[in-house]
Amino acid sequence: MTATLSATGQARRPAAAVLRTEIRLFLREPGALFWVMVFPTVLLTVLGLIPSFREDQEDLGGRSVIDLYVPVAVLLAMIMAGLQAMPPVLTAYRERGILRRMSTTPVRPSALLTAQIVLHGAASLCSAALVLAVGRGAFGVRLPGQIPGYALSLVLAVACVLALGATVCALSRTSRIATAVGSVAYLVMMFTAGVWVPVQTMPGLLRRIVECTPLGAASQALDQAARGDWPGWSHLAVVVVWTAVLGAASTRLFRWE
Amino acid sequence: MPIIEVNALRKSYGGRLVVDEVGFGVEEGEIFGILGPNGAGKTTTVECVEGLRVPDSGTVRVAGLDPVADRHRVTRLLGAQLQESELQPKLTVREALELYSAFYPEPADWRRLAERLGLDTHLTRRFAKLSGGQKQRLSIALALIGNPRVVVLDELTTGLDPRARRDTWRLIEEVRASGVTVLLVTHFMEEAQRLCDRVAVIDKGRVVALDTPAGLIGRSSGSTVISFTPSEPLQDTGALARLPGAVSVSVDERDGRVTVHGDDDTADAVISLLAARRVTARHLRVLETTLDDAFLDLTEQDA
Ligand SMILES: Nc1ncnc2c1ncn2[C@@H]1O[C@H](COP(=O)(O)OP(=O)(O)OP(=O)(O)O)[C@@H](O)[C@H]1O
Ligand SMILES: [Mg+2]
Repeated sequence: MTATLSATGQARRPAAAVLRTEIRLFLREPGALFWVMVFPTVLLTVLGLIPSFREDQEDLGGRSVIDLYVPVAVLLAMIMAGLQAMPPVLTAYRERGILRRMSTTPVRPSALLTAQIVLHGAASLCSAALVLAVGRGAFGVRLPGQIPGYALSLVLAVACVLALGATVCALSRTSRIATAVGSVAYLVMMFTAGVWVPVQTMPGLLRRIVECTPLGAASQALDQAARGDWPGWSHLAVVVVWTAVLGAASTRLFRWE
Repeated sequence: MPIIEVNALRKSYGGRLVVDEVGFGVEEGEIFGILGPNGAGKTTTVECVEGLRVPDSGTVRVAGLDPVADRHRVTRLLGAQLQESELQPKLTVREALELYSAFYPEPADWRRLAERLGLDTHLTRRFAKLSGGQKQRLSIALALIGNPRVVVLDELTTGLDPRARRDTWRLIEEVRASGVTVLLVTHFMEEAQRLCDRVAVIDKGRVVALDTPAGLIGRSSGSTVISFTPSEPLQDTGALARLPGAVSVSVDERDGRVTVHGDDDTADAVISLLAARRVTARHLRVLETTLDDAFLDLTEQDA
């Protein structure tokens, strides 16, 4: 009885109700679930099954390829959530008049955007935890040495990718455009996150350019924290500046209908 | 004081004026209808009342509040059913009702609403899997779920089967009986005639008539239609045309059926005239013109 009461009491809180609904809907999307929650870990596992990738290498500073791919897989989870999964959902909400319908109620449609952002942020952090756990459990990748620094870098990186995803939604009039723009941004982000070549092994000039991009900087910050150092302030600053710029742009440019 | 006031409302899109000096007032507890051809500006007008569109000029007030500036307060007392709107495709009926209940401080009992609208057997069905009429019913339920003082319904019964339509009318009558004001856009004259206390007819962005449904019908000349097939051809129809109240007489060339537009007196006079001439009127029909005719009259003039 008490449980029922508190359940309805909670349902009365609109923002919580919206978030709960959006989480339910996310769980009904097998595609998004796979790419966000499962794929990064699968990628890490596939790489980890190659024996030479598990061996420490002289030219990687005594670490193995799989060590370098843990932050990459973590960033990949964020890219999947923020750039692949979220933009088509939000633009479809706008196209179908769902945001408009909601704006005739006392709850602002921004509650729906907030719920989507929180949901995708949380999903990518869960996926990151799964990547770290599998890396540690299956392939003996050491857990991050500098845990607060790692957590800070993770949170900043998630915020940045979500701000980028929100900007894609703001710039795309239809969900088809959002999917297309999202895919281009997604490939660029995958490259700068080091999916093909880990940022740490990129040649000097390229690396310096990539370090100016949000995911290049995030990748360096995560790698440093993984090794046990406090992430470089310059990398963190790059991520924060991008987040601020993209966040402001998406808020200004977003169209409700 | 009217609970909804619209004054000299204007709205244009890309330089094309689609709402031109529209004005009307809706009294508390009234059911007020808006009729008009496609593209007349009905949706634009009611969406200005809902605060979804911003007027170019003119004023709109709902319970004394500006729906744009006081958006938040207006949304608490106004429920809206939009002509076009969807929900998340994988959201079930029940989840939608619960979610929207959570938006309002004192929501109605959604189970009762679902029952009244015949949705109680589809509670677990996803929005994308609902039929058009079921979506429409859900949309009506969501408009009423916040216990609003004013509901704005844009094409309330479009897509509903005849039984659902009548059930919905009864629901709207109940809602009004509890003191709620209803602003209703419709293409169904029967709906306007049955539900509305007053209707405004909008054509090309202007209010061309504002009256009770009976007033609108009475306004069109020749509101009684008498038709019959005479047992032998009538030699002169002029005698019919001169009968009291007669407005027009026409004879169908194929079957000789005669149609006279007039009023109640005309009907009596036609019968007497035929009796005097010993002509039998076969298949005699005396009909009131409907709101349909009045509507066509009002909106075709400047077509
Ligand atoms: N957002 C918009 N941008 C441009 N033109 C619009 C917009 N909304 C409506 N119009 C135009 O304004 C006119 C009036 O539209 P509105 O939707 O108000 O008509 P309506 O009376 O509701 O018609 P219907 O009976 O078909 O629903 C139409 O010619 C339409 O093309
Ligand atoms: Mg319309």
